[in-house]
Amino acid sequence: MRNIWTIAEKEFKSIFHNAIAYVFGVVMFLSLGIYFMILLQYGMQTQTYVPDMRVLLDWVLFPIFFFGVPVLTMRSISDENRTGTLELILTAPVRDAELIIGKWLGIFLFFLCSLALTLLYPILLNFLVEPGIDFSALSAVYIGLILAVGAMTAVGVLISALFKNPIASLLASLGAILLMWIIASPASNTTGFLSDLLKYLSLPEHYYGSFYYGSVSLSSVIFFISLTVFALFLGARVIESRRWK
Amino acid sequence: MIKVENLTKYYGQNCAVKELTFHAEKGEVLGFLGPNGAGKTTTMRILTGYIPPTSGKVTIGGYDVIDQSLEVRRIVGYLPESVPLYPDMRVNEYLRYMGKLHQVDRLDERVAEVIEKVNIADRAHSFISKLSKGMRQRVGLAQALIHDPEVLILDEPTIGLDPAQIIEVRKLIEEIGKEKTVLLSTHILSEAQQICDRVLIINRGQLVAEDTPEALQKRLTGTQKVTVHLAGDPTPAIEILRGLANVLRVEINDQNRIVLESSGETDIRPKVIASLTAANLEILEVYAETASLEEIFLQLVQEEETERQAQPELEGALQAEAHSSKEQSEQGGENHA
Repeated sequence: MRNIWTIAEKEFKSIFHNAIAYVFGVVMFLSLGIYFMILLQYGMQTQTYVPDMRVLLDWVLFPIFFFGVPVLTMRSISDENRTGTLELILTAPVRDAELIIGKWLGIFLFFLCSLALTLLYPILLNFLVEPGIDFSALSAVYIGLILAVGAMTAVGVLISALFKNPIASLLASLGAILLMWIIASPASNTTGFLSDLLKYLSLPEHYYGSFYYGSVSLSSVIFFISLTVFALFLGARVIESRRWK
Repeated sequence: MIKVENLTKYYGQNCAVKELTFHAEKGEVLGFLGPNGAGKTTTMRILTGYIPPTSGKVTIGGYDVIDQSLEVRRIVGYLPESVPLYPDMRVNEYLRYMGKLHQVDRLDERVAEVIEKVNIADRAHSFISKLSKGMRQRVGLAQALIHDPEVLILDEPTIGLDPAQIIEVRKLIEEIGKEKTVLLSTHILSEAQQICDRVLIINRGQLVAEDTPEALQKRLTGTQKVTVHLAGDPTPAIEILRGLANVLRVEINDQNRIVLESSGETDIRPKVIASLTAANLEILEVYAETASLEEIFLQLVQEEETERQAQPELEGALQAEAHSSKEQSEQGGENHA
């Protein structure tokens, strides 16, 4: 456990060592701020529209995480593999699984922090609209976001373990996350086992199916957590695979 | 401390290490010598628990590297050949990180100790990306020492350094070797000669020779080579020297010096000097050349190669056998037919 935390801490700090954290922060707050302004202006013009936080999060946060997760995870394992530091870590008393969980946790913590900072906007909005906004519904949205980002990050770390080249890892993670978004679209007008399966595997089905409307469905929570655990488990196996070669 | 028995490692069908057996006692500096691709790095990776062997048994400090891998890693310090470091970390930060992964107690003190030991105190707060190759090598060594391991495994610890840095790193290893078991690989023979108590020469994954550097030298120098530098024209001396007992060959080299080779146990130099002085020739210099480890090494490797060429059928059969054990005997047979 101590190793997981050591690795997570180092990974978290290394996001700040590179400029990535600041670029990510600037892009996120700039786009959130612009869209927040647009929503407020629209609300003031129409006098009937109440700015909706969910729209803001939908329009801005999902695209940002869509690209942000692969960008932050792409180097996590692949760089260690390429530069050889993986050899050092795995010849220290560190288990393969501890490495991958630590890597995931470090990046996930960074995303959690940035998500926490976005709470600024709903708090601001709460002062601007009467009678304030529904925080309980909003917290379900945030739980959904957190779970989805956790699962996407795990997939990104898994893919990073597969490649030595960070760019290959970036493209593959982008592809994988895209796939998780659109996997249900061929099944949207059909029924049957296969279409149910595709829908079950799709991230938006779970997110818009429950969290978006203010409810936390247990099956969706389980889906996201098991996807995270499964991806990390596979990642540990990939690292271990050097032993069979 | 280190015990390796019949270690074999295949990468797919390529045999990297074959039936390697050796051991190292506590406090011994063991040199691992061989041309590039001889299997040195593979062996070290197996010893550190990074990859498992195909077959054979390796124990370090009594722990098995496969079954008790975590225990082995706790008592082994390892510096891979590429000296992997995190360029965006500071030296002390990096050492703290590695120390934490090794569950080092009193981390701050320990970091200060190793920084002192490898002599990088003035660069402790520098980013690793700003350090020279020699400095990085020291940081790598500090990392390998952070948990005060009983066994130190160093893969080519002086490669890519300038001569002054090489001397420093060697001194450091010699010092460390007083307390710890050190296994280091190198293809620079003088280095092995200088710092190792015992040398293992491997080629193509197999042990070719194992002895102290001195004994290896003795074993392969049956003849003595003496160079004579005369003040004047060396030609008249040739006949005189040819007349001496045990002299096999006398030549003049391109620097106008006489090179003579003699057989036998006794040193021929006194006789050479006496006979030349008797002939009134002015001697400037007489010295004996001992075969360097370099020559021994080449000789051993070449001997092995010739043996290999002399027994192509046996070799083919052996490989075919190896293939068949992997259920690909047909393919293997064709390859060597």
